[in-house]
Amino acid sequence: MQQIFNFLIRNKNSILFLILFVVSVYLTIQNHAFHKSRFVSSANFVTGGVYSWSNNINTYLHLDEYNERLLEENNKLRNIISNIHDSISVEKQLDSTSFEGDYLFRTARVINNNFSKQDNYLTLNRGKESGIQQEFGVITSQGIVGIVDRVNDEYSRVISILNSRSRINAQLNNTNHFGSLVWDGKDPNIVQLIDVPRQAPLQKGDTIITGGRSLIYPKGLPIGSIEDFTLDQTQSYYTINIKLFNDMTNIGYVYIIENVNKEEIEKLQEVDEQ
Amino acid sequence: MNSKLFSNITRFIILVFLQVLILNNINFAGYINPYLYVLFIILYPFAGNQSLFLFLSFLLGLSVDIFEDSGGINAAACLVAAFVRPNLLRFSFGISYDHQNIRLAATPFGSKLSYVFLMVLIHHFVLFSLEMFSINHILLILKKTLFSSIFTVTLTLLSLTLFSKKYR
Repeated sequence: MQQIFNFLIRNKNSILFLILFVVSVYLTIQNHAFHKSRFVSSANFVTGGVYSWSNNINTYLHLDEYNERLLEENNKLRNIISNIHDSISVEKQLDSTSFEGDYLFRTARVINNNFSKQDNYLTLNRGKESGIQQEFGVITSQGIVGIVDRVNDEYSRVISILNSRSRINAQLNNTNHFGSLVWDGKDPNIVQLIDVPRQAPLQKGDTIITGGRSLIYPKGLPIGSIEDFTLDQTQSYYTINIKLFNDMTNIGYVYIIENVNKEEIEKLQEVDEQ
Repeated sequence: MNSKLFSNITRFIILVFLQVLILNNINFAGYINPYLYVLFIILYPFAGNQSLFLFLSFLLGLSVDIFEDSGGINAAACLVAAFVRPNLLRFSFGISYDHQNIRLAATPFGSKLSYVFLMVLIHHFVLFSLEMFSINHILLILKKTLFSSIFTVTLTLLSLTLFSKKYR
């Protein structure tokens, strides 16, 4: 017994090292699993506070740019509105059973954004108090950003599309061929669309949009344009490099999308599975 | 002793904030960031309590991790760097380390460089290996380690020179 104690005391540093090392590796592995990182996340009171403080200064310096983006988006929306008046004003009235849209949009500010690592996250200044929940989609006026993965009262953390664990359903604009949007970790402006069947007619410069198959994003949001494409080893699926419309390295304000009908659809699908 | 404790705590806090607010946003050439917070581990009193030192290093890495949303990779890297520090000190400064009477500012540039460079290299290698978490990316890991190390070592030596107490 005495010898065991002596051994422990003599090697207390090595033992401490081993214990702490195991803890940190455990945290790392947990962080690699979707929705699992309970403890280490920047969506908490202290880090959120620090980030929003530093971001207040940063935002002020970029006001011009944000204004310009808003103008651009307003312009786009105005064009759409004027077209609606021309063509489908009658249809709109007929479809008056659902007063609210299928999707609810909220705005938020990005207070922390990284894009240089393998697994990147963003932190937003909205949380549970503003009605944000897990698995809400996050977009900008130009393209998609990611999916909310952790929420506390005032802040939320978003899994960026520049994350090795992010998989988002996307499709071609011209046809309905779809695939999964992933990132290989190399260039923050280029993401990959994999598992697109060989039959799909591809052309450089074609637009890629979100597919309606997930409950997170509405169908038809722009993502990017095709940069180049190759067939994979089995020669039956394309891997497509996509240049994002969105500059992921420079995001100021975002929209958070809530799918209002999500619960109902999920219930329906559960019934289906049973 | 008290002033030493105070200066170490201040250094801890300042380095964490400097790292997460400024240095993590540099992204030189797309992905190269300096990890200057290793300076805390490099400068920690050589004769200090080793167990406390390990624990503080872990805490330092974990603080950066929480800000960065990176799990425990910085904590693990700091821990390894702190654990091997006595060996590196002996390697770089030789016999004088065993007498515990070296002051980093007063050592020759060559041994200072080798000490700092090895510390940073080990820290960065563990950091990027855990970040990639895959042996397939070994080339990318080595590339990131090398470039970021050069950046960090340059900054570390600069700040050592700037804040050295030699002339006071």
